[in-house]
Amino acid sequence: MYRIVAKERLAYKHTLFTVEAPDIAAKARPGQFLIVVPKEGGERVPLSLCAYDQEAGTVSFAFHEVGRTTKELGTLQEGEGLFNVTGPLGNPSEVRRYGRVLCIGGGIMIAPALLQARALKEAGNEVITILACRSAEFLFKREEAERVSDRVLIASDDGTVGERGLDFLTDLLAKDRIDRCTVIGPVVMMKRVCELTRPFAVPTIVSLTPIMIDGMGMCGACRVTVGDRMLFGCVDGPEFDGHRTNFDELIKRQRSMLPEERLSSMLWEHKGGCACGRR
Amino acid sequence: MAGDEPSRRRNDRALDEDVPMPRQDPKERVKNFKEVALGYTEEMAVAEARRCLKCKSPQCQKGCPVEVPIPQFIDCIVQGRYEEGIALIKSKNALPAVCGRVCPQEQQCQMNCVRGKRGDPVNIGRLERFLADWEREHGVRVPERPAATGRRVAIIGAGPSGLTAASDLARLGHGVTLFEALHVAGGVLMYGIPEFRLPKEIVQREVEYVQSLGVDLRLGNVIGRIATIPELLEQGYDAVYIASGAGLPQWTGCPGENLGGIYSANEFLIRANLMKAYRFPETDTPLRIGKHVVVIGGGNVAMDCARISMRLGAKVCLNYRRSRNELPARREEIENAEEEGLTCNFLNAPAEFYGDEKGWVRAMRCTCMELTEPDERGRTGVRPIACSDFEMETDTVIVAIGQTPNPIIQRTTEGLRTNPRNGTIIVDEDGRTNLEGVFAGGDVATGAATVISAMGAGKRTARAIHEYLTTGPRGDRT
Ligand SMILES: Cc1cc2nc3c(=O)[nH]c(=O)nc-3n(C[C@H](O)[C@H](O)[C@H](O)COP(=O)(O)OP(=O)(O)OC[C@H]3O[C@@H](n4cnc5c(N)ncnc54)[C@H](O)[C@@H]3O)c2cc1C
Ligand SMILES: Cc1cc2nc3c(=O)[nH]c(=O)nc-3n(C[C@H](O)[C@H](O)[C@H](O)COP(=O)(O)OP(=O)(O)OC[C@H]3O[C@@H](n4cnc5c(N)ncnc54)[C@H](O)[C@@H]3O)c2cc1C
Ligand code: SF4
Ligand code: SF4
Ligand code: FES
Repeated sequence: MYRIVAKERLAYKHTLFTVEAPDIAAKARPGQFLIVVPKEGGERVPLSLCAYDQEAGTVSFAFHEVGRTTKELGTLQEGEGLFNVTGPLGNPSEVRRYGRVLCIGGGIMIAPALLQARALKEAGNEVITILACRSAEFLFKREEAERVSDRVLIASDDGTVGERGLDFLTDLLAKDRIDRCTVIGPVVMMKRVCELTRPFAVPTIVSLTPIMIDGMGMCGACRVTVGDRMLFGCVDGPEFDGHRTNFDELIKRQRSMLPEERLSSMLWEHKGGCACGRR
Repeated sequence: MAGDEPSRRRNDRALDEDVPMPRQDPKERVKNFKEVALGYTEEMAVAEARRCLKCKSPQCQKGCPVEVPIPQFIDCIVQGRYEEGIALIKSKNALPAVCGRVCPQEQQCQMNCVRGKRGDPVNIGRLERFLADWEREHGVRVPERPAATGRRVAIIGAGPSGLTAASDLARLGHGVTLFEALHVAGGVLMYGIPEFRLPKEIVQREVEYVQSLGVDLRLGNVIGRIATIPELLEQGYDAVYIASGAGLPQWTGCPGENLGGIYSANEFLIRANLMKAYRFPETDTPLRIGKHVVVIGGGNVAMDCARISMRLGAKVCLNYRRSRNELPARREEIENAEEEGLTCNFLNAPAEFYGDEKGWVRAMRCTCMELTEPDERGRTGVRPIACSDFEMETDTVIVAIGQTPNPIIQRTTEGLRTNPRNGTIIVDEDGRTNLEGVFAGGDVATGAATVISAMGAGKRTARAIHEYLTTGPRGDRT
């Protein structure tokens, strides 16, 4: 059992858990992920690391309650346990001194993006962090972003906070020399960022989220095409060169179980699973 | 509802026949995931056991990779001394309920049985299963734990090889930590072999037995990530046994292979067996399967994928490069699968996959093949026939053309010698690698093989590790 020592509400349906996992905390690095099995017989869901504390022996991850398993996770409370947490998986991000870097986090992935921003800052970079969200009520961790970066910019899909959309990046890239861009968020957003950085030839690293099961190279569900090679998201990634990533294929592959996922989620809610009353 | 076994020599009544195994009727069983072979009753087991001639120099035993004392345990069945019988088996084989079900006995113990010369060999596997099942129903006895030696061994992978080595080393008094990457122990026994051939409940009982010997099982620990082998040695483990299996899927490399609906055998099996997707949506992990499944390959893995697909309601076609004679799967499994409605399509290889507008596979193109002279290893060769391509419609493809070892450990263990051709770890006959205190065995050293050979390697290596821990390293290294 992996005990949940803290549960934090980041926004509506956006939750952060800190769990006891000393062995994982001792090895974890920014850019890696965990696989969480909430209960015996449950699904394995990959979730990015967004903090670790070796002394306390804890690791944190944040999740957006989108489907059956993440919704079920959201009903768990402090003090309760998770059946299994496997990690750290994937390769750590490459963190070197590049100069001026853009670190973009979108949606729930703002949380892991801040872990990267902090690491990039500690490595001596000038870090511009961009928090991208759907609308104002989904913005979180702004203060933390201010603390770990040199500049913070905000963008929202509907313009209720900060810039509207990400097109402003073009101006930013034209004005300032940017040496590197890392982006973690919904796949469509990462694809858009890559389109915007491509004309400026800014190396752009994306953290891909294909469907995964084992997370250690056994199943190949996570295969992605980068350049002309088939690679595994879990063991070759999760970070890849965004300008060489085949996003359209990834988007299609991610949706390949959509009807089943919807069914599972609906049935769970139908059975009263959402437990709204417990919150 | 018990169906007959496929007839082998039933028309020739003069021959010496075994006691048939009661099995679920094919029409019934393709609709469920319950075990196909129902097991001998006590009367059947005794009748079959009586067929054994108790040979003075038993040929059968030579065919068993772990040397189960076969005539002795069979005699216990005849005498009704079941407890003694199972103890005899367990002195050599920690997982009898598993081996009795999935060993390819016709190529091992039963191949050499003298009764086989004039008819059916004694059904050693079924008798082994009978005793193991009897024990499970009557309560398993845990052997006493010896005094602790103070030595610690890290074992990587809780498949049959790791479980065997763990139980042998624990019974010698060593402190054993068994690291398993998945959230469930058992290796292929849990994620690969389907429920209807090997009920998962049985595997978990065997895992519990190994834990009851004092083995510390750590699930969800991927070695190479949470700790590397050099780190384990630094943490105070005196020896390491790598038993991480051969879990890396092979691909055809044909265009279109990343379309939706194209699974590696591993993905398909992990979803179906480990995550129990056959009970979706009652369980949480889905497995999307269409109406026309094509399984590419011809081994046991391909057969299992095909039989699962049929149980999920699909029409299944097996595409194999060579002809029926070269099918590497066990005869029994091929017969079972064909009874359940499998269509085989020999002498063709995939060339390309075509998708629909949503990126889901809708058809594939295949090239016809012809057999050529056997290669230096004796395997019949194949070559494509020019201009012979044909298309077939399909909405689900399962690629079951082999597995090689997962490279995570090899990549994170500097200096470990591996075979550059297939990534297997190079070991001597006792499982020693080129690194001091580091051993390896099972599929990770041999490439995909069998449960019992992986267990045999676990046993031999446990012996070598014990020797290493008690008398120090031997000079010679591979
Ligand atoms: C390496 C990696 C790291 C990841 N890190 C995180 C993380 O830190 N936080 C996090 O919340 N998720 C993360 N994900 C995605 C996460 O694994 C999935 O959201 C999760 O598996 C959903 O499981 P489920 O059973 O709740 O929903 P499913 O039943 O699998 O999906 C339900 C529905 O939600 C849709 N959906 C899936 N993901 C999203 C999404 N991100 N936004 C909107 N809709 C979605 C699906 O298409 C489907 O329609 C990561 C994925 C990978 C591969
Ligand atoms: C579908 C299928 C059907 C089969 N049918 C038969 C049959 O009928 N009869 C038969 O005799 N054989 C059969 N086999 C073959 C047999 O199952 C294998 O030869 C045998 O399981 C090998 O045992 P092993 O212990 O070496 O490896 P595995 O059983 O593969 O176990 C290895 C374990 O190591 C774990 N692991 C891997 N990497 C790491 C890591 N880095 N850290 C920690 N843990 C790790 C894996 O998760 C796994 O649990 C079949 C195989 C398959 C796939
Ligand atoms: S372990 Fe396998 S090979 Fe050995 S006797 Fe039992 S069934 Fe036969
Ligand atoms: S060879 Fe056959 S008959 Fe002889 S002891 Fe073995 S099982 Fe019995
Ligand atoms: S998740 Fe299975 S291989 Fe990557």
